[in-house]
Amino acid sequence: MNFVPHTENDRAEMLKVIGVKSVDELFRDIRPELRARSFNLPEGKSEFEVIQHLKKLSQKNATGLVNFVGAGFYDHYIPAAVDALSGRSEFYTAYTPYQPECSQGWLQSIYEYQSAICALTGMDVANASLYDGGTALYEAAMMAVRLTGKKKIIVDSGVNLIYRTMLYSYTFNLAVEFVETPVVHGQSARDDIFKQLDDTTAAVVLQNPNFFGAIDDHSDIAAKAHGCKALVIEAVYPVSLGMLKSPREMDVDIAVGEGQSLGIPLSFGGPYLGFMAVKKELVRQMPGRVVGATVDKDGKRGFVLTLQTREQHIRRHKATSNICSNEALCALRAVIYLSLLGKQGLAELARVIYDKTEFAKSVFAKIPGAQVKRSSPTFNEFTVQLPKNADEVVCSMIEKGFACGFPLGRFYKGMDNFLLVAVTEKRTKEEIVKLADSLEAMLCA
Amino acid sequence: MRLIFENSVAGRCGFKVAPAGVAPAHLPEKKYVRARPPELPEVSEVDVVRHFTNLSRLNFSVDTNFYPLGSCTMKYNPKFAEKIAAMEGFTDAHPLLPQLSGGGILAQGSLEVLYQMDKLLSEITGMAAFTMQPLAGAHGELTGVMLIAAYHKHNGARRKYVIVPDSSHGTNPASAAIAGYEVIVIPTDKNGYMDMQEYKSKLTEEVAAVMLTCPDTLGIFNPKIKEIADLAHGVGALMYYDGANLNAIMGKCRPGDLGFDVVHVNLHKTFGTPHGGGGPGAGPVGVCEKLLDFLPISRVVRRQDGTYMLDYTKRKTIGYIAPFYGNFGVILKAYAYILFLGKSGLIEASETAVLNANYCRASLKDRYESAYDKPCMHECVFSASRQTEHGVHALDIAKFLIDRGIHPPTIYFPLIVKEALMIEPTETESRETLDAFIRIMIEIARLAQTDPERIKEAPLTTPVKRLDETKAARELDLCWKSKS
Amino acid sequence: MNVPQQLFYTKEHEWVKIDGKTATFGITDYAQSSLGDITFVELPKVGQDVAQFKFCATVESVKAASDVFAPLTGTITKVNPDLPAHPEFINQSPYEKAWFAVIEIADPAQKNNLMTAAVYSEYVKGLSA
Repeated sequence: MNFVPHTENDRAEMLKVIGVKSVDELFRDIRPELRARSFNLPEGKSEFEVIQHLKKLSQKNATGLVNFVGAGFYDHYIPAAVDALSGRSEFYTAYTPYQPECSQGWLQSIYEYQSAICALTGMDVANASLYDGGTALYEAAMMAVRLTGKKKIIVDSGVNLIYRTMLYSYTFNLAVEFVETPVVHGQSARDDIFKQLDDTTAAVVLQNPNFFGAIDDHSDIAAKAHGCKALVIEAVYPVSLGMLKSPREMDVDIAVGEGQSLGIPLSFGGPYLGFMAVKKELVRQMPGRVVGATVDKDGKRGFVLTLQTREQHIRRHKATSNICSNEALCALRAVIYLSLLGKQGLAELARVIYDKTEFAKSVFAKIPGAQVKRSSPTFNEFTVQLPKNADEVVCSMIEKGFACGFPLGRFYKGMDNFLLVAVTEKRTKEEIVKLADSLEAMLCA
Repeated sequence: MRLIFENSVAGRCGFKVAPAGVAPAHLPEKKYVRARPPELPEVSEVDVVRHFTNLSRLNFSVDTNFYPLGSCTMKYNPKFAEKIAAMEGFTDAHPLLPQLSGGGILAQGSLEVLYQMDKLLSEITGMAAFTMQPLAGAHGELTGVMLIAAYHKHNGARRKYVIVPDSSHGTNPASAAIAGYEVIVIPTDKNGYMDMQEYKSKLTEEVAAVMLTCPDTLGIFNPKIKEIADLAHGVGALMYYDGANLNAIMGKCRPGDLGFDVVHVNLHKTFGTPHGGGGPGAGPVGVCEKLLDFLPISRVVRRQDGTYMLDYTKRKTIGYIAPFYGNFGVILKAYAYILFLGKSGLIEASETAVLNANYCRASLKDRYESAYDKPCMHECVFSASRQTEHGVHALDIAKFLIDRGIHPPTIYFPLIVKEALMIEPTETESRETLDAFIRIMIEIARLAQTDPERIKEAPLTTPVKRLDETKAARELDLCWKSKS
Repeated sequence: MNVPQQLFYTKEHEWVKIDGKTATFGITDYAQSSLGDITFVELPKVGQDVAQFKFCATVESVKAASDVFAPLTGTITKVNPDLPAHPEFINQSPYEKAWFAVIEIADPAQKNNLMTAAVYSEYVKGLSA
């Protein structure tokens, strides 16, 4: 079967119309010396067998752990309506909406997604999505280089190391210079950033909350940067924007982030959702697809892909980015999620997460030998200094059924005893207390 | 339809947040907190469900319509793959778990999928190994060009140029430029092949790579492909294979055997994963032996005891291309698809894709001008030039097809064909579906001569008629704004 | 096709009006009609040096982006302040309302590299044939 509907008769009739004797004749341009030297694959299986095989594999992944690992990727509850609606195949089996008259569902959804991202970040314009938070950050940095004509980029080391590594990987063959500034008392180091800021600076790259969970108000950095005609790029955790100061309120120029926490499963690293929102005067240098509202010839509102002259299929090597496929289906999940929660729900969710995190901090602070870092306020994630190697602690807590946090020594030198603990609305008071008790028992043993 | 924002009623909410169950904490200082909550819609769950269900019904999709969109391989997306990707063991896996000490044991299932896909794709394309990290086809191209740049840099070679033919996808020159190269464009000769004279004259020791799609965007397989590769290798340049059209050749030939050094594969095209209105895709990249050490990290390796682990050994790696291991959910669906079809199924897919495209070509070539008059591979390209004489353009033909319930072919691409109509039926469409499409295309050719206005007024059956794209670009409205 | 007599022209379809030491330029009626509805224009900056037949501005329609080349070498002394907000002027009035910029001419002899209205008219006829 293999989803090929043809009968023997169909094939014979079709070959007759084409005027060849066999299908192989159609491949005659692939001459014998060009033919595949090997194609050693297993033969096909039935649907039942494939499902059984993959069910077995899925069970080899641990799912029962109580998860306190975040580090930018969070275990949030996903309302059933998100799966039900994004699972409609009129959405997921469509392509990029090149033909607007038969793609209004997709185009309007993307316009609504762009509007929701603008509402969250306070920015003027959002694109239709990028691959993930890290590639969004890289695209933002390149945008700043194009807009300013300058090459130096200051990167706060509170930005997720995964994203910083991606940024450096992508630019190794380009003339872009990066300067990293430290984190002091949990927050962006003003002195160091201001020392580095000068007329050659294209952008300052920040994250809020930063990788250590600390929250900040970057308004002062934005003001100084703008004085040097540099742009400010901030990576944000979208759920936190139910409570925290928005990028716009800090006068950030380009807001980016990972949208996974907006109704997208963790799925072992993807597909995720890179979002980007900018001030309106920067829109022509923004990468990615954009949907705009217009009218049809009867004056009725409709939606189209617009500003396509920025894109690779028109501008080719002069395009603002090479992106073609994006993460539209994940963007759809995000706008459905944000519509369900709405103005009130997102604010409540943010508050619940904040309260639980503060509770966890107070419980962890009581563990003998553990020290919760309190030099700066946090939102959903915090660091604990342990009396022993955090990596080993995490390893032994796995046996107790907890993924108790992310050991910071993996990403930061000299932080081997530090643990980064994330709390979502899914973690209960009981789980938090039980984790603290188990940690205490283990540390004191 | 109204926007979800326009259905908003203050105080309404479609989601119940469980109470924190702990004492309320002091809020952070005011300077850290936003002045007002974000202006998201205030609607009920029913509102949301009805809104997005109704929106979905305004789309053409593979599950509702024939969708011969050239170069996009809109084949059927099997439902069992969706079921597998929704298995909890896969959806709930946190990507950082295997990076914790002793955490490898927590993700053996996912790691095995990645490992097996690397092996399967390597065999299908004849490459030494694949990285699963690239998140889409164009992302794979960028990764591939970065690998090539790293290779040349390592060998101390200063190379400035990447060669692409003028029939290439726009992503090829864009990817090369973004990776820091200047692009040299080679024209297509009168037979639809890359102009060899021009190619030879531009091929110098300053060329880093030649990027080709084979079969190309004209649906033509270039029989001189080996010669092109040999010439490139002769000056030390590497060959890049854009796998967008892999659906034409599975089991027939392999880029690795043809002399390509780097390959990307669009899992969302060839391996039946859904395109999702523009994504997510996945664009794994395969390399030949000499580029292995440059691949992004981490890599999944199998231990002697049959378990899997992440290898972070740097060697000469270009670094991280994605935050983790690629678009795992997409890779998983493609893996299920390959297991289901198996060797014979994949060959049958390519053979039937080519059969279907040639059937369309043969049935329409008397009515439409062929871009190049020769048998095609998985897609056929016509020009609407005969219809244009009557004032009917490719765009008009596209809109008329919509009224007949068919998603239009790709139009105005490749750029080198005037009024291009690029038809890729794929292997999952029946003869009856193709015949219905052919009948409508013949009707259009007839109407273009007798009653062109009928075509030019299309579409009439859609939720909106032709939209004013000039207004959209001149008076940008990209975001809903609250009236208050 | 409107080709005013008193102007000079380039192969890339720019027009130029020479007034002593300065020259005003834009794109021709033929250029605007082949591009279709112009949606965006990016002009050079005042004080910028431009070189004859080299890139100096961009015009865009919905589906195409097109480079505009300076007709003469020199320094930009003035740009049309209304044009960026009204790209439709290029379609409506390519030779009057839609002037792009004024150049202070560096080398008056470069005029010899330009076409007269009569030559340009013939050139355009050749293109559409």
